[in-house]
Amino acid sequence: MSTSAQATRATAPGTTPRRRRRRWTFDKISFMAVFLGVPLIIYVVFVISPFIQSVYYSLTDWGGFSTTMNFVGLANFKALLTDDLFLTALRNNIILLIVLPVFTIVVALIFASLVTVAGSNRGSVRGLHNSSFYRVVSFFPYVIPGVVIGLIWAQVYDPSSGLLNGVLTKIGLDQFQSYPWIGDERTALAASIFAMAWGGIGFYMVLFIAAIRGIEPELFEAMRIDGAGRWKTAMHLTMPMIRDNIQTAYIYLGIAALDGFVFMQALNPTGGPNNSTLVMGQVLFRTAFEHGKYGLATAMGVALSIVTLAFSALVFLVNRLLGAERDVAR
Amino acid sequence: MTATTDLPLEPTVARSQPERKVKDTPGERASAGVAHVVLIIWSIIVIAPMLWTLLSSFKTSREIFASPFKLPAVPQFVNYVNAWQQAGIGRAFINTVIVVGVAMVLVMMLGSMCSYVLARFQFFGRRAIYYLMLSGLTFPVFLAIVPLFYVLKNFGLLNTLPGLIITYVAFALPFTVFFLYAFFRTLPYELAEAAAIDGAGEWKTFFLVMLPMARPGIASVAIFNFLGLWNQFLLPVALNTTRSNWVLAQAVAAFASQAGYRTDFGMLFASVIITIVPVLVVYVIFQRQLQASVTAGSLK
Repeated sequence: MSTSAQATRATAPGTTPRRRRRRWTFDKISFMAVFLGVPLIIYVVFVISPFIQSVYYSLTDWGGFSTTMNFVGLANFKALLTDDLFLTALRNNIILLIVLPVFTIVVALIFASLVTVAGSNRGSVRGLHNSSFYRVVSFFPYVIPGVVIGLIWAQVYDPSSGLLNGVLTKIGLDQFQSYPWIGDERTALAASIFAMAWGGIGFYMVLFIAAIRGIEPELFEAMRIDGAGRWKTAMHLTMPMIRDNIQTAYIYLGIAALDGFVFMQALNPTGGPNNSTLVMGQVLFRTAFEHGKYGLATAMGVALSIVTLAFSALVFLVNRLLGAERDVAR
Repeated sequence: MTATTDLPLEPTVARSQPERKVKDTPGERASAGVAHVVLIIWSIIVIAPMLWTLLSSFKTSREIFASPFKLPAVPQFVNYVNAWQQAGIGRAFINTVIVVGVAMVLVMMLGSMCSYVLARFQFFGRRAIYYLMLSGLTFPVFLAIVPLFYVLKNFGLLNTLPGLIITYVAFALPFTVFFLYAFFRTLPYELAEAAAIDGAGEWKTFFLVMLPMARPGIASVAIFNFLGLWNQFLLPVALNTTRSNWVLAQAVAAFASQAGYRTDFGMLFASVIITIVPVLVVYVIFQRQLQASVTAGSLK
């Protein structure tokens, strides 16, 4: 392999190998037209154009069935700010945004640490023996369709015939004999969040295990020789070394929390007791496909996108402010 | 003994031991014990709801209401027959196989073509197209859903399987291109050049040389696309509302919105099991590869 090939490969996506230039033959032109043209047309028509149209529609009073479409400026967004249902949903999404990532990441980190750090502390084989079983089992819910996860947990939480109350009554907690976990305003959102986390914890556990295994063993050895305990090692070595993975996890989970549509739709299609599990996606869906208020619904879509992008930017910023650049050297 | 009280003491114990001793120290054994207990409890929390679903899928509604734990008096295989026929799970299953199957073939083909050109050719606007592709990964589908409804309607594709297929292809493209792009860039140039010297045109080079070489990358992206499309919910529920065209996620979700005393719960649980089986099979076969992909890069 020549060095020039290696050099070109190492460069950023902006630059291309210089070898293939010139020679614009029919063969090459037809090849590029078909290979690039067909996917690009599909992509632009079905993804990019709806995105752009959406931004435009959000500034109109389009009702879908009427042919008239008046430009109303930011009126839809103003209406959203006084729309109780939307604000309730926004509040729920924000609670989800705070609780779901933190809960999932903390639990996944604990499990990942148990797998990698517990047990043998020295030598080449560190970590828990026979831990692949836990990885395989925990990861599985990640591949189950969200609607099925929601439906299974809706049954688990069922007041009279559900698994959870069955177990709780069995161990003597009779006050839970017919407690409606997702039918009571106090627990509906928390129970829904747990169902979502159940689906994600294994995935992030695998991600973190890989990240922790990627840290050079010498660093752990050095910590150990310095007399640091497991807790200190976890806080002062492991966490800082995998902070970028935690950031990635936080962004994915945050985006999932701002969505939540499929889970909530399966757990409580009507929005839960007193709309306590209603999310923005559900309100948007109803506004568009049940009430036909397309202008307002697209405004909700724009608002959702803005919140999502702002959230991602915030996570990047916080991670940077907390000193991510110090770790870049590695 | 809890993990935290035991941990700080452990290293001093370990330090007093000679290095490279085969046997674990008591501290290590204790921490391993605690870890195993915690992880076993979690495994039970993961497995129990699924086993319970499987168990319930063989019970009558009456038995399900009577006790969550009791075994069925007679295994009700009829639940599966009912789910397949009455609940429309059979129809939805076939629709899902068609939609996901065709969409997979198309998106892998178009995605590898597109990413190959982006990764290997120099032309004006190349970078802009790459970032245009990336932007599709950034915005939530909710932003597009209303106009998309009318785009499909205008093409006469609303509530049709081809309409759903092309939408799946379009929304799976950015992810596919993003990862295959990186993969094509790592392939050696020498082979493509050798093919060119031997007189192969661009078309031949791609299909006979580059595509076979990219097989590992294509395989791992394909697994993620399969799961993503099989589990897709928002797109079909908004764009494919004709009952006979429903995909599995919709047929299963119908139980959630009509859940009440009249629901045949045995049938509900059987439907859930039928929906899980395909992903379970894929998971068992590709589990190693899936986890390896998660670990290799930050896959979405």
